[in-house]
Amino acid sequence: MAAAKRDYSLVGPNARRAVETGLASAEWYHTDVPRKEMKALMKRSDGPAIRDTVLWLGSMIVLAGVAVYLFPSAWSVPFFLAYGVLYGSAADSRWHECGHGTAFKTRWMNDAVYQIASFMMMRNPVTWRWSHARHHTDTVIVGRDPEIAVMRPPDLARLALNFFGIIDVWHAAVDLARNASGRLSPEEATFIPEQEQPKAIRIARIWVAIYAATGLAATATGSILPFLLIGGPRLYGAWHHVMTGLLQHGGLADDVTDHRLNSRTVYMNPISRFIYWNMNYHVEHHMFPMVPYHALPQLHELIKHDLPAPNRSILDGYREMVPAFLRQLRYEDYYVVRALPATAKPYRAEFHEVEPDLAPAQ
Amino acid sequence: MSQWVEACAVDDVEEEDLIRFDHDGRTFAIYRSPDDAFYATDGLCTHEHVHLADGLVMDHIIECPKHNGRFDYRTGEAKGAPVCVNLRTYPVKVEDGRVLIDLS
Repeated sequence: MAAAKRDYSLVGPNARRAVETGLASAEWYHTDVPRKEMKALMKRSDGPAIRDTVLWLGSMIVLAGVAVYLFPSAWSVPFFLAYGVLYGSAADSRWHECGHGTAFKTRWMNDAVYQIASFMMMRNPVTWRWSHARHHTDTVIVGRDPEIAVMRPPDLARLALNFFGIIDVWHAAVDLARNASGRLSPEEATFIPEQEQPKAIRIARIWVAIYAATGLAATATGSILPFLLIGGPRLYGAWHHVMTGLLQHGGLADDVTDHRLNSRTVYMNPISRFIYWNMNYHVEHHMFPMVPYHALPQLHELIKHDLPAPNRSILDGYREMVPAFLRQLRYEDYYVVRALPATAKPYRAEFHEVEPDLAPAQ
Repeated sequence: MSQWVEACAVDDVEEEDLIRFDHDGRTFAIYRSPDDAFYATDGLCTHEHVHLADGLVMDHIIECPKHNGRFDYRTGEAKGAPVCVNLRTYPVKVEDGRVLIDLS
């Protein structure tokens, strides 16, 4: 069977087709949750996020202090590695939750942490706010979703490099240079409203100034230490957010309007959940993005009867996902179909037409 | 000329909450604020086609359930990205325990 070639460009034929067929901005499946219970789950509070942010940034300061004190001894390495994960991975989930505006009840706290985390992740906070809005409107719709991490057929070398942030940082540097020069790409222009575009450019210029100051400090001191603290951790600390992020949608369906088919919930250990801010409950997050990260475990308990069984661990998730990637190298249309419990409402057949020879065992 | 339409009973809306009201092929949102005043706006977010009735009311803010865009439902003012266009509001009055909105 010849694989259908996907065009992931936001201005290409798949983008046009998604609009024509109604896949873009479609109505998505939601599990029924009584309004009263949903209101309770959506309720905002500052407490959990203040606690977690103090722990996050406080740990970074302590780890960086010890690492700098021990540098250049090899004993500094584990401290840099731990600092790097908090910088290059925990910032990803802080960027995400604060971008939604759900982490804190107080708006300025969301905005402040969003700016800090965006800088650490090298994601322009304006551009990426809009790209993430599109990701939620058109989750894994080819030609519409700008945040599809694994395109088909999967580029495994690219994925491997990204565990060290290499591809992301390269693209971030190109985007930063373009934005700082006052320009947006044609794709950025498709999802950033005109009145927001000057903000993206202004922030890019501020960041260029910060990185230039870091470079000057490194030159003046004749040491790479400034880059080990600023910018560098986006490379050496990226692995955890890539490890968890790939599980969000990897190997699952595209061009469907049911998050149970294209998103994955994975039970994880408490440290990963702290770094990831509970985004392991990813089906729940996509179905109800208003629910703050700290309430996702309760939401999971409430709706799990209607969702596929979660993967039991990160390893279990990879055991499901990696073979799917390998199969997609030969059959681009292949994806994992996750079984629903008997208590769940069935998938809608029109979005679930699996070729028998391609469907995995369940 | 005023065109008052009965939207719901006062008790249909909890304090600091909203409900959806459909009329004549249009959809609206009816709000009850924490200080027990009623307000009405268009029912769909100006960012994308999403019903605000599934969103969250916090004080005088309605937050869209899809992308967390925020509006002041008293004035319809968009409070920042991803919403950039204000929400249309409608006059409201309460008579005999019923909430009426003016669609003129």
